[in-house]
Amino acid sequence: MAISFEPAPNTVAAKEMYNRIAREQMRPVARKYDEQEHEMPLEFVRFMWEKGRSPPGSFTGPSDGFVQVCVQAEELCWGDAGLYLRIPSPALGGSAVAAAGTNEQKARFLNPFRDGAPKWGAMAITEAAAGSDAAAIQTTAHLEGEEWVLNGTKIFCTSGEAASTFDGGFVVVWATLDKSAGRGGIKSFVVPAKTPGMKLVGLERKLGIRASDTATLVFENCRIPKENLLGSAEVKKANPMQAGDKGFKGAMATFDASRPIVAAMAVGVGRAALDFLKGELEREGVSIRYDAPAHERTAIERDVIDMEAELQAARLLTWRAAKMMDHGKRNNLEASMAKAKAGLVVTKITQKAVEILGPLGYSQKLLAEKWMRDAKINDIYEGTQQINQLIVARRILDYSSSMLR
Amino acid sequence: MIDFEPSEEQQLIVDTVRQFATNEIRKAAREADEAAALPAAVLERAHELGVVSSALPEAYGGGGARSAVTGALAAEELAYGDLAIALAVLSPTLLALPIADFGSAEQKKRWLSRFAGDRYLPGSLALVEPAFRFDPLHPATTAKRDGHEYVLDGAKCFVPWQDGVEAVLVIAAEDGEAQGFLVPRDAPGLSAAREKNLGIRALPTAELWLRGVRVPASEKLGGEGARGDSAVREILNRGRVALAACAVGVARAAFEIARDYAKERQTFGAPIATRQAIAFKLADMAIEIDGARLLAWEAAWKIDEGRDATREAAIARHQAQRVALEVADGAVQVLGGHGYIREYLPEMHLRNARGFCTFEALSLV
Repeated sequence: MAISFEPAPNTVAAKEMYNRIAREQMRPVARKYDEQEHEMPLEFVRFMWEKGRSPPGSFTGPSDGFVQVCVQAEELCWGDAGLYLRIPSPALGGSAVAAAGTNEQKARFLNPFRDGAPKWGAMAITEAAAGSDAAAIQTTAHLEGEEWVLNGTKIFCTSGEAASTFDGGFVVVWATLDKSAGRGGIKSFVVPAKTPGMKLVGLERKLGIRASDTATLVFENCRIPKENLLGSAEVKKANPMQAGDKGFKGAMATFDASRPIVAAMAVGVGRAALDFLKGELEREGVSIRYDAPAHERTAIERDVIDMEAELQAARLLTWRAAKMMDHGKRNNLEASMAKAKAGLVVTKITQKAVEILGPLGYSQKLLAEKWMRDAKINDIYEGTQQINQLIVARRILDYSSSMLR
Repeated sequence: MIDFEPSEEQQLIVDTVRQFATNEIRKAAREADEAAALPAAVLERAHELGVVSSALPEAYGGGGARSAVTGALAAEELAYGDLAIALAVLSPTLLALPIADFGSAEQKKRWLSRFAGDRYLPGSLALVEPAFRFDPLHPATTAKRDGHEYVLDGAKCFVPWQDGVEAVLVIAAEDGEAQGFLVPRDAPGLSAAREKNLGIRALPTAELWLRGVRVPASEKLGGEGARGDSAVREILNRGRVALAACAVGVARAAFEIARDYAKERQTFGAPIATRQAIAFKLADMAIEIDGARLLAWEAAWKIDEGRDATREAAIARHQAQRVALEVADGAVQVLGGHGYIREYLPEMHLRNARGFCTFEALSLV
């Protein structure tokens, strides 16, 4: 091992390929699906589904592993973050199955994604009164014979509409077996699309990422097979994080994998704004002089250098968290660092870009204002800025969740 | 392939230097700052560890392990101990590395084996000028050819000027292009006055005046006839990476003191670290420090690859100077009144960190 910033040839090839998709398939329709919220981008969905099922071609040989996954996410979100979330895939639901499921469960829920018509997976955690505090979940599950019966309402479920209505898809639902057990009672259940009792009752109208469906799902005596529980059914009243239970712990572990990806997605949106801004400045004859003495630097140059430094810091923190997964190291601290940094940085960068671009930035003729709206979600979902600060703080202080709330 | 793990050898260097920084540099830091004087014994010990000489060519008795990444790793650890002492430990790089990279055969022979020798020998670089409009690539100090000699005129400041400095690398414009010249400390026409600064007080720095200083043409960096414009650019980039790494080290030192204090200090029956206002501030510090470190590594790596690192070095320095200042200020704030008194180190970290926007090339990687 050695410190290196040289991407593997594979990563370079993947970056090129996904950048091309971003330019050709996403940017041209980005505004359309921002304005036509809740409309399925059918052509794009079909293109990505087929692309995903064609042989990988030249992508063999040494790879940057999980860093390459981050690079892909960055490129596609440079194209359009809302459309990226619309790509048919098991998504976060798939991560949960992969992290906590048995081999049989992985085969049953993930294999259908290999062929046939486009499908989606989704993860339903959030409730009206339970966001970052997942242990406050009110949705219940109880066993009746050979079936789990789910009752409750889930909000802010990304791709919840697609995952619950298209055959072969599924929603991973977090529910409690025993409210008195707190986190130890929380389990995750796989609910296949079109299961009776799972109802789509609403779609959110959002500030940004409007191409992505964000659903409210109601579970009313929703029955699923006993075999759809991820992890064990045992309720541990002790600290579940140390109890070796694959349920809550497994579900939380999916965040260690998903946060670097969300951070990479954020970096993609930030880069979209920064690339555009630099292009406009260059067209206007304004170049960024990196070695100019401080007194000669214009305010614009200073702003752009600041944006570049912040974005690159976020990107490198993201890659570091991803690389630790490849090395099999626990990356929970680093994943939260990356997510906290990237979410905040791209929120600021995109707002600054709108500011510097002036009337061009504020107008809907260009995408800058859209990137600003899209960027903000990165500071919120998959753990807000504050919850990630809390996780980082606990780790650097060596405090438990009860010592630092 | 992308990776962020130091090699085994680098990790060994990091561990060794960190231990030295903690046990010897840190312990001497406060007294050195108060006395505005360097602890000579610590500098000799650092020399014995081979912090600088390991990077010099083997042909002249060095370790032959030149790497900007390794240099950045070591600089962070030294500055984690104390910035002023770190810069003194690293001051030989100011003369030795430009000579190793760009010197003539004769210059290498004359100097490098001495820097790799038994005794610590400080180095010096005169780059910054006492003017608001200073531009390192277009210095106001001039070098004019006169027969077999150059005549140097101008004023410099922030020149490391330790006891034992034998020569200084002066950056001056020859026909508008920045070039380096090796000037002996006792050259006629050269005078120095010790400066008093906000921070890095233990490191003697001088304002330097060159009034018709004559050096043989062969004392130009690279020898007579060399064109040194690219050498000065390289010195600037390497200096910025070193500064970025040092800034990360200062920030880490301040952060750790604030973190440990916050866990000790009780208010209303609980450590202040259990309050989100403090805990989140500490979390942000940790995130920013790691981000700045990765930027410094990237710029250093690019230098090692032999590619143009101007942008990366500028970005790393830009980020690290901001982070060091914010973290040091945050540490003073976390300690409250205790952060303001000289019994604790954060007030010194704040004074030192403020300098990173002013410093240029106070050490090289």
